[in-house]
Amino acid sequence: MEFGGLTPTIIGTSLLQIGIAVAVLVGGIALLETLLLGVTKVARVRNRLYIALLVPAIAGLLLLIVYPVLYEFRLAFSDMSLRTFRNPTFGFAQFAANMRRLFTMPVLKQVYFFPLLGRTIFWTVSQVSIHVSLGMLLALLLNTNIRLKWLYKAILILPWALPDVISGLAWRSEFHFEFGFPNLVLQAIGLEPIQWKANPIWNWVAINITNIWLGIPFMMVICLGGLQSINREYYEAARIDGAGVLRQFRSITLPLMKPILTPAVILGIIWTFNNFNVPFFINEFELESSDILVTALFRAAFQYNNYGFAAAFALVIFAILLAISLLYLKATGGLKEMRE
Amino acid sequence: MNAVVRVSRRRFSVRRLLRACIIHGLLIAFSIMAIYPVLRTISVSLRPGDRLLSTSLRIIPEDASLENYRQALLEKDFLLWLWNTMLITLLTATAGLMLSASSAYVFSRWRFRGRKAMLVFLLATQMVPAAMLIVPIYILAARLGLINSLVGLVIAYSVSSIPFSIWILKGYYDTVPYSIEEAATIDGANRLYILWRIMLPLSTPALAVAFLFNFLNAWKDFLLARVMLQKETLYTWSLGLQQLQGQFQTEWGIFAAVCTMVAIPIVGLFLYSSKYLISGLTLGSVTTE
Repeated sequence: MEFGGLTPTIIGTSLLQIGIAVAVLVGGIALLETLLLGVTKVARVRNRLYIALLVPAIAGLLLLIVYPVLYEFRLAFSDMSLRTFRNPTFGFAQFAANMRRLFTMPVLKQVYFFPLLGRTIFWTVSQVSIHVSLGMLLALLLNTNIRLKWLYKAILILPWALPDVISGLAWRSEFHFEFGFPNLVLQAIGLEPIQWKANPIWNWVAINITNIWLGIPFMMVICLGGLQSINREYYEAARIDGAGVLRQFRSITLPLMKPILTPAVILGIIWTFNNFNVPFFINEFELESSDILVTALFRAAFQYNNYGFAAAFALVIFAILLAISLLYLKATGGLKEMRE
Repeated sequence: MNAVVRVSRRRFSVRRLLRACIIHGLLIAFSIMAIYPVLRTISVSLRPGDRLLSTSLRIIPEDASLENYRQALLEKDFLLWLWNTMLITLLTATAGLMLSASSAYVFSRWRFRGRKAMLVFLLATQMVPAAMLIVPIYILAARLGLINSLVGLVIAYSVSSIPFSIWILKGYYDTVPYSIEEAATIDGANRLYILWRIMLPLSTPALAVAFLFNFLNAWKDFLLARVMLQKETLYTWSLGLQQLQGQFQTEWGIFAAVCTMVAIPIVGLFLYSSKYLISGLTLGSVTTE
């Protein structure tokens, strides 16, 4: 008896696994609380309740985020690969070898680290600026008193509402040479169809088109929220003083939007820099010329199985991302606003 | 005098008409670009099998049929993927919510040393991208025998959504007045009773939103599932969809049907919750108090 891939055995197995997961979660928390109760009793801590409420979540985060980060450091000092998975060697020599390999040899087969870094930075800067400027344009258009605003808003937000796995894979299908709509449209207006998947340059363009489509709505919504929070009286005052539309935008809109735009742009930078799904899915032929840092990292780890090297690679990427975010915060003074 | 006024009013309204035309024109153009790929996928899903590979750009295909949906539901593993994803996401969202609801209460009502540092730490964990953690998590899971098991995936998802949920819930708890708790304390209620019988029922909307985010977070993931699950009987919909897409020539219609079926409820949930998501995102990153 089979129905849509579901058989009683499969259902039983998955239910059993879910049961184990529940048991692990409940048992883990119970164990933790009991330990805590003992320790705080011995140490005579007063007001133990808040610690008891706090500890499961904090322990989970330590286990799942802090410990892996520390473990990643350890892995970076190893030569772990598929061959040495059981008994890797740890040491400074391995770390040095990983770093040397990262900076002087191809990260995958052909592409080197620095061109990859340059491409990723170019990708992040160009994508985020396009998202913000087009998102702002749409927000300004929607912030007027026109009819059918709700309809436009509902349609324009769609690319953000869709799971990006779906849109990524759907776009990947549409970049098909014969049957995808971009090529059909090109042919309909009398142009040559494009090799979106095989040609490195056009594949890169395809990735960018997809991500622009995906990224605009978020910035549009953020900008619209910001615009609506600005008091109209500022504009009236500016108009009386004879300020034009552009001047109003530069002197009123932008400065007042800064507290909202700063975190949104940081989020945009982090998301775009780390965007895995779009460059991974659209790049169907696994062209190294379409990889950005995170997809190259994934391939180094899971296609070439060089875990130690990939861990070192991941640390370098994280350091770069942190530096970029801090620089941006410093440049815009957002850090002060955050501290308040 | 009268004529001058009329002329100027007419010029004014012509300008306004022109302005409205430009605005509508731009919005229509952008709307078409936003919606066309979506409609196109729906359109492919309605194509009958023998017209799957057509070069037509029509939105509603000739002889539209639901054959692809039938095949996706009965002949492909769609229901299996859905079942696996449902199990994972529902447990994840519940566990994540329970963990964050209690700690958010602590952050809202207690003042202790290290509280601010912990709140900043929560934000900082959001900075650590999934792609960075994937290598050590994979190795650790492999060492613990958690590859090809839902256990590791469920725990990983539950924890990863904690920071965001805590921020949302703490923000909501902060708006609940202290006086209610004071009254309950006078009546002899302890903190745990207050949390369970007063705070949580009062915060139902925020709890629902946090649950929804945890749910969507796990529902939409591809990367972690791809690394942790290799057996096809454990596939979630995103892994199954990627596999379907690989067989483009034969299965495009079924692929599009699966896309449509997964997307419709998710888009609905998303549109319903996006208001809260946006305020959570901007609030959480602007203020730490």
